[in-house]
Amino acid sequence: MRVIVLVKASAESEAGQMPSEELLTQMGSYNEELVKAGIMLAGEGLHPSSKGKRVRFTAKQRAVIDGPFAETKELVAGYWVWQVKSMDEAVEWLKRAPFDGGAEVEIRPVFEAEDFGAEYTPELRARDEQLREQVEERQKR
Amino acid sequence: MTDSSQHTRRAIETVWRIESARLIGGLVRVVRDLDAAEDLAQEALIVALEQWPETGIPENPGAWLMTTAKRRAIDRLRRQRMLDKKHEELGRAPVQDLLTTLESAVDAIDAEVEDDLLRLVLVACHPILPTEARVALTLRLLGGLTTDEIARAFLASEPTIQQRIVRAKRTLGEAKVPFEVPRGADLTQRLSSVLEVVYLVFNEGYSATKGDAWLRPALCDEAVRLGRILAAHLPDEAEVQGLLALMELQNSRARARVTPSGEPVLLLEQDRGRWDQLLIRRGLAALERAEVLKRPLGPYTLQAAIAACHARARTAEETDWVRIVALYDGLAELTQSPIVELNRAVAIAMAFGPEAGLELADQLKDEPALASYHLLPSVRGDLLQKLGRLDAARAEFERAAFLAKNTRERELLLARAKACR
Repeated sequence: MRVIVLVKASAESEAGQMPSEELLTQMGSYNEELVKAGIMLAGEGLHPSSKGKRVRFTAKQRAVIDGPFAETKELVAGYWVWQVKSMDEAVEWLKRAPFDGGAEVEIRPVFEAEDFGAEYTPELRARDEQLREQVEERQKR
Repeated sequence: MTDSSQHTRRAIETVWRIESARLIGGLVRVVRDLDAAEDLAQEALIVALEQWPETGIPENPGAWLMTTAKRRAIDRLRRQRMLDKKHEELGRAPVQDLLTTLESAVDAIDAEVEDDLLRLVLVACHPILPTEARVALTLRLLGGLTTDEIARAFLASEPTIQQRIVRAKRTLGEAKVPFEVPRGADLTQRLSSVLEVVYLVFNEGYSATKGDAWLRPALCDEAVRLGRILAAHLPDEAEVQGLLALMELQNSRARARVTPSGEPVLLLEQDRGRWDQLLIRRGLAALERAEVLKRPLGPYTLQAAIAACHARARTAEETDWVRIVALYDGLAELTQSPIVELNRAVAIAMAFGPEAGLELADQLKDEPALASYHLLPSVRGDLLQKLGRLDAARAEFERAAFLAKNTRERELLLARAKACR
Protein backbone atom coordinates (compact mmCIF):
# COMPACT_ATOMS: atom_id res chain seq x y z
CA MET A 1 0.00 0.00 0.00
CA ARG A 2 0.99 3.57 -0.53
CA VAL A 3 0.84 6.12 2.29
CA ILE A 4 1.46 9.82 2.48
CA VAL A 5 3.24 11.09 5.57
CA LEU A 6 2.30 14.67 6.40
CA VAL A 7 4.71 16.75 8.43
CA LYS A 8 2.89 19.65 10.06
CA ALA A 9 4.11 23.21 10.22
CA SER A 10 5.57 24.80 13.34
CA ALA A 11 6.12 28.39 14.37
CA GLU A 12 9.71 28.01 13.13
CA SER A 13 8.83 26.50 9.76
CA GLU A 14 6.15 29.15 9.24
CA ALA A 15 8.74 31.81 10.05
CA GLY A 16 10.86 30.40 7.25
CA GLN A 17 13.60 29.25 9.62
CA MET A 18 15.80 26.48 8.26
CA PRO A 19 16.26 23.49 10.57
CA SER A 20 19.56 23.25 12.45
CA GLU A 21 22.51 21.58 10.75
CA GLU A 22 22.25 18.76 13.25
CA LEU A 23 18.63 18.08 12.39
CA LEU A 24 19.38 18.30 8.67
CA THR A 25 22.13 15.70 9.05
CA GLN A 26 19.85 13.40 11.03
CA MET A 27 17.07 13.85 8.51
CA GLY A 28 19.53 13.09 5.73
CA SER A 29 20.54 9.77 7.20
CA TYR A 30 16.91 8.94 8.01
CA ASN A 31 15.99 9.58 4.37
CA GLU A 32 18.90 7.44 3.24
CA GLU A 33 17.64 4.63 5.45
CA LEU A 34 14.18 4.92 3.90
CA VAL A 35 15.64 4.79 0.39
CA LYS A 36 17.85 1.81 1.21
CA ALA A 37 14.86 -0.05 2.62
CA GLY A 38 13.11 0.52 -0.71
CA ILE A 39 10.07 2.23 0.81
CA MET A 40 10.52 5.91 -0.11
CA LEU A 41 8.87 6.93 -3.38
CA ALA A 42 9.01 10.68 -2.98
CA GLY A 43 9.42 13.39 -0.38
CA GLU A 44 9.66 17.18 -0.35
CA GLY A 45 9.67 20.08 2.06
CA LEU A 46 7.36 23.04 1.49
CA HIS A 47 7.93 26.78 1.76
CA PRO A 48 6.04 28.53 4.57
CA SER A 49 2.38 29.36 3.93
CA SER A 50 3.33 33.05 3.49
CA LYS A 51 4.45 32.01 0.01
CA GLY A 52 1.27 30.02 -0.61
CA LYS A 53 -2.11 30.88 -2.00
CA ARG A 54 -5.60 29.48 -1.60
CA VAL A 55 -8.51 29.50 -3.99
CA ARG A 56 -12.01 29.54 -2.45
CA PHE A 57 -14.88 28.16 -4.53
CA THR A 58 -18.36 29.58 -4.09
CA ALA A 59 -20.84 28.85 -6.85
CA LYS A 60 -19.19 30.38 -9.93
CA GLN A 61 -16.91 32.63 -7.90
CA ARG A 62 -13.21 31.96 -7.44
CA ALA A 63 -11.63 34.03 -4.67
CA VAL A 64 -7.84 33.98 -4.35
CA ILE A 65 -6.50 34.32 -0.80
CA ASP A 66 -2.83 35.07 -0.19
CA GLY A 67 -0.87 33.39 2.61
CA PRO A 68 0.23 33.28 5.35
CA PHE A 69 -2.57 31.24 6.88
CA ALA A 70 -3.44 30.88 10.54
CA GLU A 71 -4.03 27.48 12.20
CA THR A 72 -0.27 26.72 11.98
CA LYS A 73 -0.58 23.21 13.41
CA GLU A 74 -2.93 22.18 10.62
CA LEU A 75 -0.68 23.42 7.84
CA VAL A 76 1.53 20.98 5.95
CA ALA A 77 5.27 21.73 5.93
CA GLY A 78 6.46 18.66 4.07
CA TYR A 79 5.51 15.19 2.97
CA TRP A 80 6.78 11.76 2.07
CA VAL A 81 5.18 9.13 -0.13
CA TRP A 82 6.00 5.63 1.07
CA GLN A 83 5.31 2.15 -0.27
CA VAL A 84 4.75 -0.15 2.70
CA LYS A 85 3.00 -3.43 3.44
CA SER A 86 0.74 -2.08 6.17
CA MET A 87 -0.08 0.92 8.33
CA ASP A 88 1.82 -0.86 11.11
CA GLU A 89 4.95 -0.81 8.99
CA ALA A 90 4.48 2.88 8.21
CA VAL A 91 4.08 3.63 11.93
CA GLU A 92 7.20 1.63 12.76
CA TRP A 93 9.24 3.58 10.19
CA LEU A 94 7.85 6.93 11.27
CA LYS A 95 8.79 6.21 14.91
CA ARG A 96 12.42 6.23 13.78
CA ALA A 97 12.26 9.75 12.36
CA PRO A 98 14.33 12.40 14.15
CA PHE A 99 11.47 14.70 15.20
CA ASP A 100 11.19 16.23 18.64
CA GLY A 101 9.46 18.97 20.63
CA GLY A 102 5.93 17.62 20.48
CA ALA A 103 5.85 17.45 16.68
CA GLU A 104 2.89 15.47 15.35
CA VAL A 105 3.30 13.72 12.03
CA GLU A 106 0.33 12.14 10.29
CA ILE A 107 0.16 9.01 8.13
CA ARG A 108 -2.70 8.64 5.68
CA PRO A 109 -3.22 5.67 3.35
CA VAL A 110 -3.66 6.56 -0.33
CA PHE A 111 -6.77 5.20 -2.08
CA GLU A 112 -6.10 2.23 -4.33
CA ALA A 113 -8.33 0.82 -7.06
CA GLU A 114 -9.65 -1.98 -4.84
CA ASP A 115 -10.68 0.53 -2.14
CA PHE A 116 -13.32 1.93 -4.46
CA GLY A 117 -15.60 -1.10 -4.28
CA ALA A 118 -19.04 0.43 -3.74
CA GLU A 119 -17.82 3.88 -4.77
CA TYR A 120 -17.13 2.52 -8.18
CA THR A 121 -20.06 4.35 -9.76
CA PRO A 122 -22.25 3.20 -12.65
CA GLU A 123 -20.73 6.00 -14.78
CA LEU A 124 -17.22 4.72 -14.19
CA ARG A 125 -18.40 1.20 -14.79
CA ALA A 126 -19.99 2.27 -18.05
CA ARG A 127 -16.79 3.97 -19.12
CA ASP A 128 -14.76 0.85 -18.45
CA GLU A 129 -17.36 -1.23 -20.21
CA GLN A 130 -17.10 1.05 -23.22
CA LEU A 131 -13.33 0.78 -23.14
CA ARG A 132 -13.58 -2.98 -23.08
CA GLU A 133 -15.93 -2.99 -26.06
CA GLN A 134 -13.55 -0.74 -27.96
CA VAL A 135 -10.76 -3.18 -27.30
CA GLU A 136 -12.81 -6.11 -28.48
CA GLU A 137 -13.92 -4.17 -31.49
CA ARG A 138 -10.32 -3.35 -32.31
CA GLN A 139 -9.32 -6.97 -31.93
CA LYS A 140 -12.10 -8.14 -34.21
CA ARG A 141 -10.96 -5.80 -36.90
CA MET B 1 -5.20 -11.71 24.58
CA THR B 2 -5.59 -8.14 25.84
CA ASP B 3 -5.64 -5.22 23.45
CA SER B 4 -2.26 -3.90 24.49
CA SER B 5 -0.47 -7.26 24.30
CA GLN B 6 -2.03 -7.85 20.91
CA HIS B 7 -0.83 -4.43 19.91
CA THR B 8 2.71 -5.21 21.07
CA ARG B 9 2.65 -8.51 19.27
CA ARG B 10 1.73 -6.83 16.02
CA ALA B 11 4.41 -4.22 16.55
CA ILE B 12 6.97 -6.98 17.11
CA GLU B 13 5.91 -8.72 13.91
CA THR B 14 6.36 -5.43 12.05
CA VAL B 15 9.79 -4.84 13.56
CA TRP B 16 10.70 -8.36 12.55
CA ARG B 17 9.62 -7.77 8.96
CA ILE B 18 11.70 -4.62 8.79
CA GLU B 19 14.78 -5.97 10.55
CA SER B 20 15.03 -9.70 9.82
CA ALA B 21 16.90 -9.51 6.51
CA ARG B 22 19.55 -7.14 7.83
CA LEU B 23 19.80 -9.20 11.02
CA ILE B 24 20.33 -12.48 9.17
CA GLY B 25 22.70 -10.76 6.74
CA GLY B 26 24.82 -9.50 9.63
CA LEU B 27 24.81 -12.84 11.43
CA VAL B 28 25.73 -14.84 8.36
CA ARG B 29 28.83 -12.68 7.98
CA VAL B 30 30.06 -13.94 11.34
CA VAL B 31 28.75 -17.47 11.72
CA ARG B 32 29.27 -18.26 8.00
CA ASP B 33 26.25 -20.52 7.91
CA LEU B 34 22.86 -19.49 6.65
CA ASP B 35 20.95 -21.98 8.76
CA ALA B 36 22.73 -20.99 11.97
CA ALA B 37 22.25 -17.30 11.19
CA GLU B 38 18.53 -17.80 10.67
CA ASP B 39 18.28 -19.84 13.87
CA LEU B 40 20.02 -17.14 15.88
CA ALA B 41 17.80 -14.45 14.46
CA GLN B 42 14.72 -16.55 15.30
CA GLU B 43 15.98 -17.07 18.84
CA ALA B 44 16.37 -13.32 19.24
CA LEU B 45 12.80 -12.90 18.02
CA ILE B 46 11.56 -15.40 20.61
CA VAL B 47 13.33 -13.47 23.37
CA ALA B 48 11.72 -10.28 22.10
CA LEU B 49 8.28 -11.91 22.10
CA GLU B 50 8.86 -12.93 25.74
CA GLN B 51 10.33 -9.66 26.98
CA TRP B 52 8.87 -6.78 24.99
CA PRO B 53 5.27 -7.18 26.19
CA GLU B 54 6.70 -6.60 29.72
CA THR B 55 9.40 -4.03 29.04
CA GLY B 56 7.90 -2.29 26.05
CA ILE B 57 9.55 -2.12 22.64
CA PRO B 58 13.11 -0.80 22.93
CA GLU B 59 14.05 2.49 21.33
CA ASN B 60 16.23 0.88 18.72
CA PRO B 61 14.64 -2.53 18.19
CA GLY B 62 17.00 -3.52 15.36
CA ALA B 63 20.09 -3.01 17.51
CA TRP B 64 18.40 -4.81 20.41
CA LEU B 65 17.70 -7.87 18.25
CA MET B 66 21.26 -7.84 16.93
CA THR B 67 22.79 -7.64 20.42
CA THR B 68 20.58 -10.48 21.63
CA ALA B 69 21.46 -12.65 18.64
CA LYS B 70 25.14 -11.84 19.14
CA ARG B 71 25.01 -13.05 22.74
CA ARG B 72 23.39 -16.26 21.57
CA ALA B 73 26.11 -16.66 18.96
CA ILE B 74 28.84 -16.29 21.60
CA ASP B 75 27.09 -18.81 23.86
CA ARG B 76 26.96 -21.26 21.02
CA LEU B 77 30.60 -20.79 20.14
CA ARG B 78 31.53 -21.27 23.80
CA ARG B 79 29.57 -24.49 24.05
CA GLN B 80 31.13 -25.69 20.83
CA ARG B 81 34.60 -24.91 22.16
CA MET B 82 33.90 -26.73 25.41
CA LEU B 83 32.82 -29.80 23.50
CA ASP B 84 35.87 -29.60 21.30
CA LYS B 85 38.03 -29.32 24.37
CA LYS B 86 36.51 -32.48 25.82
CA HIS B 87 36.93 -34.39 22.61
CA GLU B 88 40.37 -33.23 21.70
CA GLU B 89 43.56 -33.39 23.67
CA LEU B 90 45.47 -30.23 24.46
CA GLY B 91 48.29 -29.17 22.21
CA ARG B 92 46.36 -26.69 20.15
CA ALA B 93 45.83 -23.01 20.76
CA PRO B 94 44.62 -22.39 24.31
CA VAL B 95 40.85 -22.35 24.46
CA GLN B 96 40.72 -18.92 26.04
CA ASP B 97 42.66 -17.37 23.14
CA LEU B 98 40.35 -18.90 20.62
CA LEU B 99 37.40 -17.59 22.51
CA THR B 100 38.78 -14.08 22.46
CA THR B 101 39.29 -14.30 18.73
CA LEU B 102 35.75 -15.50 18.26
CA GLU B 103 34.32 -12.79 20.43
CA SER B 104 36.12 -10.11 18.52
CA ALA B 105 34.86 -11.69 15.31
CA VAL B 106 31.35 -11.48 16.68
CA ASP B 107 31.98 -7.86 17.65
CA ALA B 108 33.01 -7.15 14.09
CA ILE B 109 29.34 -7.66 13.34
CA ASP B 110 28.82 -3.95 13.85
CA ALA B 111 31.31 -3.07 11.14
CA GLU B 112 30.48 -3.54 7.45
CA VAL B 113 26.74 -3.37 8.19
CA GLU B 114 26.32 -1.43 4.98
CA ASP B 115 26.77 -4.60 2.95
CA ASP B 116 24.62 -6.95 5.01
CA LEU B 117 21.49 -6.83 2.89
CA LEU B 118 23.50 -7.10 -0.29
CA ARG B 119 25.40 -10.06 1.14
CA LEU B 120 22.16 -11.86 1.87
CA VAL B 121 20.78 -11.23 -1.63
CA LEU B 122 23.96 -12.51 -3.23
CA VAL B 123 23.89 -15.67 -1.12
CA ALA B 124 20.19 -16.31 -1.73
CA CYS B 125 20.72 -15.88 -5.48
CA HIS B 126 23.98 -17.81 -5.65
CA PRO B 127 24.53 -19.23 -9.15
CA ILE B 128 25.14 -22.76 -7.82
CA LEU B 129 21.45 -22.90 -6.90
CA PRO B 130 18.75 -23.76 -9.42
CA THR B 131 16.60 -20.75 -10.32
CA GLU B 132 13.49 -21.93 -8.50
CA ALA B 133 15.50 -22.41 -5.30
CA ARG B 134 16.96 -18.91 -5.64
CA VAL B 135 13.47 -17.49 -6.03
CA ALA B 136 12.12 -19.30 -2.97
CA LEU B 137 15.11 -18.41 -0.81
CA THR B 138 15.06 -14.76 -1.84
CA LEU B 139 11.35 -14.35 -1.16
CA ARG B 140 11.70 -16.09 2.17
CA LEU B 141 14.85 -14.33 3.42
CA LEU B 142 14.43 -10.87 1.90
CA GLY B 143 10.75 -10.60 1.13
CA GLY B 144 9.62 -11.99 4.44
CA LEU B 145 7.07 -14.15 2.63
CA THR B 146 6.04 -17.32 4.43
CA THR B 147 6.58 -20.67 2.72
CA ASP B 148 2.81 -20.92 2.44
CA GLU B 149 2.61 -17.61 0.56
CA ILE B 150 5.47 -18.60 -1.76
CA ALA B 151 3.77 -21.93 -2.40
CA ARG B 152 0.49 -20.27 -3.30
CA ALA B 153 2.15 -17.73 -5.54
CA PHE B 154 3.88 -20.45 -7.56
CA LEU B 155 1.16 -23.11 -7.39
CA ALA B 156 3.37 -25.51 -5.49
CA SER B 157 2.67 -27.35 -2.25
CA GLU B 158 4.07 -25.94 0.96
CA PRO B 159 6.26 -29.00 1.67
CA THR B 160 7.74 -28.66 -1.83
CA ILE B 161 8.78 -25.07 -1.15
CA GLN B 162 10.04 -26.00 2.29
CA GLN B 163 12.10 -28.82 0.79
CA ARG B 164 13.43 -26.46 -1.84
CA ILE B 165 14.62 -24.02 0.81
CA VAL B 166 16.16 -26.71 3.02
CA ARG B 167 17.97 -28.24 0.06
CA ALA B 168 19.21 -24.85 -1.11
CA LYS B 169 20.68 -24.09 2.30
CA ARG B 170 22.34 -27.49 2.39
CA THR B 171 23.83 -26.93 -1.07
CA LEU B 172 25.22 -23.58 0.01
CA GLY B 173 26.68 -25.14 3.17
CA GLU B 174 28.27 -28.08 1.39
CA ALA B 175 29.76 -25.89 -1.30
CA LYS B 176 31.18 -23.65 1.42
CA VAL B 177 30.23 -20.58 -0.57
CA PRO B 178 32.05 -17.49 0.65
CA PHE B 179 29.89 -14.78 2.20
CA GLU B 180 32.07 -11.89 1.12
CA VAL B 181 30.58 -9.28 -1.17
CA PRO B 182 32.72 -9.37 -4.33
CA ARG B 183 33.86 -6.18 -6.04
CA GLY B 184 34.18 -4.91 -9.58
CA ALA B 185 33.58 -7.30 -12.46
CA ASP B 186 32.98 -10.23 -10.09
CA LEU B 187 30.16 -8.33 -8.43
CA THR B 188 28.58 -7.43 -11.78
CA GLN B 189 28.68 -11.07 -12.75
CA ARG B 190 27.12 -12.29 -9.50
CA LEU B 191 24.49 -9.59 -9.81
CA SER B 192 23.21 -10.94 -13.11
CA SER B 193 21.88 -13.97 -11.26
CA VAL B 194 20.21 -11.66 -8.71
CA LEU B 195 18.59 -9.49 -11.38
CA GLU B 196 17.28 -12.59 -13.13
CA VAL B 197 15.53 -13.69 -9.93
CA VAL B 198 14.08 -10.25 -9.23
CA TYR B 199 12.71 -9.90 -12.76
CA LEU B 200 11.31 -13.41 -12.68
CA VAL B 201 9.39 -12.62 -9.48
CA PHE B 202 8.16 -9.37 -11.03
CA ASN B 203 6.95 -11.12 -14.17
CA GLU B 204 5.26 -13.83 -12.18
CA GLY B 205 3.24 -11.11 -10.51
CA TYR B 206 2.78 -9.05 -13.64
CA SER B 207 1.85 -11.61 -16.25
CA ALA B 208 -0.39 -13.61 -13.93
CA THR B 209 0.12 -16.99 -15.48
CA LYS B 210 -0.85 -18.94 -12.39
CA GLY B 211 -1.29 -18.81 -8.64
CA ASP B 212 -3.54 -16.84 -6.31
CA ALA B 213 -4.83 -13.60 -7.80
CA TRP B 214 -4.44 -11.59 -4.61
CA LEU B 215 -0.78 -12.52 -4.33
CA ARG B 216 0.17 -11.18 -7.75
CA PRO B 217 0.38 -7.49 -6.85
CA ALA B 218 2.28 -8.55 -3.73
CA LEU B 219 4.89 -10.28 -5.91
CA CYS B 220 5.25 -7.21 -8.11
CA ASP B 221 5.58 -4.95 -5.08
CA GLU B 222 8.15 -7.26 -3.57
CA ALA B 223 10.23 -7.41 -6.75
CA VAL B 224 10.15 -3.64 -7.19
CA ARG B 225 11.06 -3.18 -3.52
CA LEU B 226 14.06 -5.49 -3.99
CA GLY B 227 14.97 -3.56 -7.13
CA ARG B 228 14.83 -0.28 -5.19
CA ILE B 229 16.96 -1.70 -2.38
CA LEU B 230 19.57 -2.94 -4.86
CA ALA B 231 19.57 0.36 -6.75
CA ALA B 232 20.08 2.29 -3.51
CA HIS B 233 22.94 0.05 -2.42
CA LEU B 234 24.60 -0.15 -5.84
CA PRO B 235 24.20 3.26 -7.47
CA ASP B 236 27.01 2.55 -9.97
CA GLU B 237 25.70 -0.70 -11.42
CA ALA B 238 24.08 0.22 -14.74
CA GLU B 239 21.92 -2.87 -15.15
CA VAL B 240 20.64 -2.66 -11.57
CA GLN B 241 19.36 0.83 -12.39
CA GLY B 242 18.13 -0.45 -15.76
CA LEU B 243 16.09 -3.26 -14.22
CA LEU B 244 14.61 -0.90 -11.65
CA ALA B 245 13.66 1.51 -14.44
CA LEU B 246 12.03 -1.33 -16.38
CA MET B 247 9.96 -2.49 -13.39
CA GLU B 248 8.89 1.01 -12.32
CA LEU B 249 7.78 1.81 -15.87
CA GLN B 250 5.90 -1.44 -16.36
CA ASN B 251 4.30 -1.14 -12.94
CA SER B 252 3.18 2.41 -13.73
CA ARG B 253 0.65 0.87 -16.14
CA ALA B 254 -0.75 -1.65 -13.67
CA ARG B 255 -4.00 0.26 -13.09
CA ALA B 256 -4.69 0.68 -16.80
CA ARG B 257 -3.83 -2.76 -18.10
CA VAL B 258 -6.94 -4.63 -16.92
CA THR B 259 -10.56 -3.61 -16.64
CA PRO B 260 -12.15 -4.01 -13.19
CA SER B 261 -13.67 -7.26 -14.43
CA GLY B 262 -10.20 -8.57 -15.22
CA GLU B 263 -10.14 -8.25 -19.00
CA PRO B 264 -6.71 -7.31 -20.33
CA VAL B 265 -6.35 -3.94 -22.10
CA LEU B 266 -3.69 -3.73 -24.81
CA LEU B 267 -0.96 -1.15 -24.32
CA LEU B 268 -2.06 1.08 -27.18
CA GLU B 269 -5.69 1.00 -25.99
CA GLN B 270 -4.96 1.93 -22.39
CA ASP B 271 -6.28 5.09 -20.78
CA ARG B 272 -2.98 6.89 -20.26
CA GLY B 273 -4.60 9.11 -17.66
CA ARG B 274 -4.55 6.09 -15.36
CA TRP B 275 -0.82 5.54 -15.70
CA ASP B 276 0.96 6.28 -12.46
CA GLN B 277 2.99 9.45 -13.05
CA LEU B 278 5.00 9.05 -9.85
CA LEU B 279 6.26 5.65 -10.95
CA ILE B 280 6.90 6.92 -14.47
CA ARG B 281 9.04 9.72 -13.08
CA ARG B 282 10.95 7.26 -10.90
CA GLY B 283 11.41 4.92 -13.86
CA LEU B 284 12.69 7.65 -16.16
CA ALA B 285 15.11 8.85 -13.46
CA ALA B 286 16.51 5.34 -12.98
CA LEU B 287 16.80 4.93 -16.76
CA GLU B 288 18.74 8.16 -17.00
CA ARG B 289 21.17 6.93 -14.32
CA ALA B 290 21.63 3.64 -16.19
CA GLU B 291 22.25 5.38 -19.51
CA VAL B 292 24.90 7.63 -17.99
CA LEU B 293 26.67 4.70 -16.33
CA LYS B 294 27.28 2.43 -19.26
CA ARG B 295 27.37 2.34 -23.05
CA PRO B 296 26.42 0.28 -24.95
CA LEU B 297 23.25 -0.27 -22.95
CA GLY B 298 22.64 -3.66 -21.32
CA PRO B 299 19.52 -5.76 -21.97
CA TYR B 300 17.46 -4.49 -18.98
CA THR B 301 18.32 -0.88 -19.77
CA LEU B 302 17.34 -1.39 -23.42
CA GLN B 303 14.00 -2.86 -22.40
CA ALA B 304 13.50 0.03 -19.98
CA ALA B 305 14.31 2.49 -22.77
CA ILE B 306 11.61 0.84 -24.91
CA ALA B 307 9.12 1.07 -22.04
CA ALA B 308 10.12 4.73 -21.63
CA CYS B 309 9.17 5.47 -25.27
CA HIS B 310 5.63 4.43 -24.40
CA ALA B 311 5.68 6.27 -21.06
CA ARG B 312 6.75 9.52 -22.72
CA ALA B 313 4.05 9.40 -25.41
CA ARG B 314 0.96 11.28 -24.21
CA THR B 315 -1.18 9.48 -26.78
CA ALA B 316 -0.63 6.15 -28.55
CA GLU B 317 -0.24 8.04 -31.85
CA GLU B 318 2.70 10.01 -30.46
CA THR B 319 4.76 6.85 -29.83
CA ASP B 320 8.25 7.13 -31.31
CA TRP B 321 8.26 3.80 -33.16
CA VAL B 322 11.43 4.57 -35.10
CA ARG B 323 13.32 4.89 -31.84
CA ILE B 324 11.70 1.71 -30.53
CA VAL B 325 12.91 -0.14 -33.65
CA ALA B 326 16.45 1.12 -33.03
CA LEU B 327 16.31 -0.07 -29.42
CA TYR B 328 14.99 -3.47 -30.52
CA ASP B 329 17.88 -3.67 -33.00
CA GLY B 330 20.27 -3.34 -30.05
CA LEU B 331 18.33 -5.79 -27.93
CA ALA B 332 18.11 -8.38 -30.71
CA GLU B 333 21.84 -8.21 -31.30
CA LEU B 334 22.52 -8.63 -27.59
CA THR B 335 20.08 -11.41 -26.79
CA GLN B 336 19.86 -13.25 -30.15
CA SER B 337 16.35 -14.10 -29.00
CA PRO B 338 13.72 -14.95 -31.64
CA ILE B 339 11.02 -13.55 -29.34
CA VAL B 340 12.82 -10.21 -29.36
CA GLU B 341 12.99 -10.48 -33.18
CA LEU B 342 9.22 -10.97 -33.25
CA ASN B 343 8.73 -7.86 -31.14
CA ARG B 344 11.06 -6.02 -33.46
CA ALA B 345 8.89 -7.09 -36.39
CA VAL B 346 5.85 -5.54 -34.67
CA ALA B 347 7.77 -2.30 -34.03
CA ILE B 348 8.98 -2.21 -37.65
CA ALA B 349 5.38 -2.61 -38.84
CA MET B 350 4.33 0.31 -36.64
CA ALA B 351 7.21 2.47 -37.81
CA PHE B 352 7.49 1.56 -41.50
CA GLY B 353 4.23 -0.20 -42.38
CA PRO B 354 2.89 -3.78 -42.21
CA GLU B 355 4.76 -4.92 -45.35
CA ALA B 356 8.16 -4.29 -43.72
CA GLY B 357 7.07 -5.97 -40.49
CA LEU B 358 5.71 -8.99 -42.30
CA GLU B 359 8.99 -9.45 -44.15
CA LEU B 360 10.83 -9.92 -40.85
CA ALA B 361 8.03 -12.01 -39.30
CA ASP B 362 8.16 -14.34 -42.34
CA GLN B 363 11.86 -14.94 -41.75
CA LEU B 364 11.00 -16.27 -38.30
CA LYS B 365 8.67 -18.99 -39.64
CA ASP B 366 11.37 -21.67 -39.55
CA GLU B 367 12.72 -20.65 -36.15
CA PRO B 368 12.44 -23.83 -34.02
CA ALA B 369 12.09 -21.85 -30.78
CA LEU B 370 8.92 -20.25 -32.13
CA ALA B 371 7.43 -23.40 -33.70
CA SER B 372 4.69 -23.67 -31.08
CA TYR B 373 4.58 -20.03 -30.00
CA HIS B 374 1.08 -18.68 -30.69
CA LEU B 375 2.17 -15.06 -30.93
CA LEU B 376 4.09 -15.66 -34.18
CA PRO B 377 1.02 -16.64 -36.22
CA SER B 378 -0.99 -14.08 -34.26
CA VAL B 379 1.37 -11.27 -35.32
CA ARG B 380 1.52 -12.55 -38.89
CA GLY B 381 -2.27 -12.75 -39.00
CA ASP B 382 -2.53 -9.19 -37.79
CA LEU B 383 -0.10 -7.88 -40.41
CA LEU B 384 -1.69 -9.91 -43.23
CA GLN B 385 -5.08 -8.59 -42.21
CA LYS B 386 -3.82 -5.02 -42.34
CA LEU B 387 -2.50 -5.73 -45.85
CA GLY B 388 -5.95 -6.99 -46.84
CA ARG B 389 -4.79 -10.59 -47.38
CA LEU B 390 -7.75 -11.94 -45.43
CA ASP B 391 -7.58 -15.66 -46.34
CA ALA B 392 -3.96 -15.91 -45.28
CA ALA B 393 -4.73 -13.86 -42.16
CA ARG B 394 -7.60 -16.18 -41.18
CA ALA B 395 -5.38 -19.24 -41.49
CA GLU B 396 -2.77 -17.60 -39.26
CA PHE B 397 -5.32 -16.64 -36.60
CA GLU B 398 -6.72 -20.17 -36.59
CA ARG B 399 -3.26 -21.59 -36.19
CA ALA B 400 -2.56 -19.13 -33.36
CA ALA B 401 -5.81 -20.11 -31.61
CA PHE B 402 -4.81 -23.76 -31.89
CA LEU B 403 -1.48 -23.01 -30.20
CA ALA B 404 -2.75 -20.63 -27.51
CA LYS B 405 -2.84 -22.11 -24.01
CA ASN B 406 -5.02 -19.49 -22.40
CA THR B 407 -8.77 -19.92 -23.01
CA ARG B 408 -9.56 -16.23 -23.16
CA GLU B 409 -6.76 -15.63 -25.65
CA ARG B 410 -7.96 -18.55 -27.80
CA GLU B 411 -11.45 -17.11 -27.94
CA LEU B 412 -10.14 -13.73 -29.00
CA LEU B 413 -8.00 -15.28 -31.74
CA LEU B 414 -10.93 -17.33 -33.06
CA ALA B 415 -13.03 -14.17 -33.13
CA ARG B 416 -10.33 -12.45 -35.16
CA ALA B 417 -10.17 -15.41 -37.56
CA LYS B 418 -13.92 -15.20 -38.00
CA ALA B 419 -13.69 -11.49 -38.74
CA CYS B 420 -11.39 -12.22 -41.71
CA ARG B 421 -14.16 -13.44 -43.98
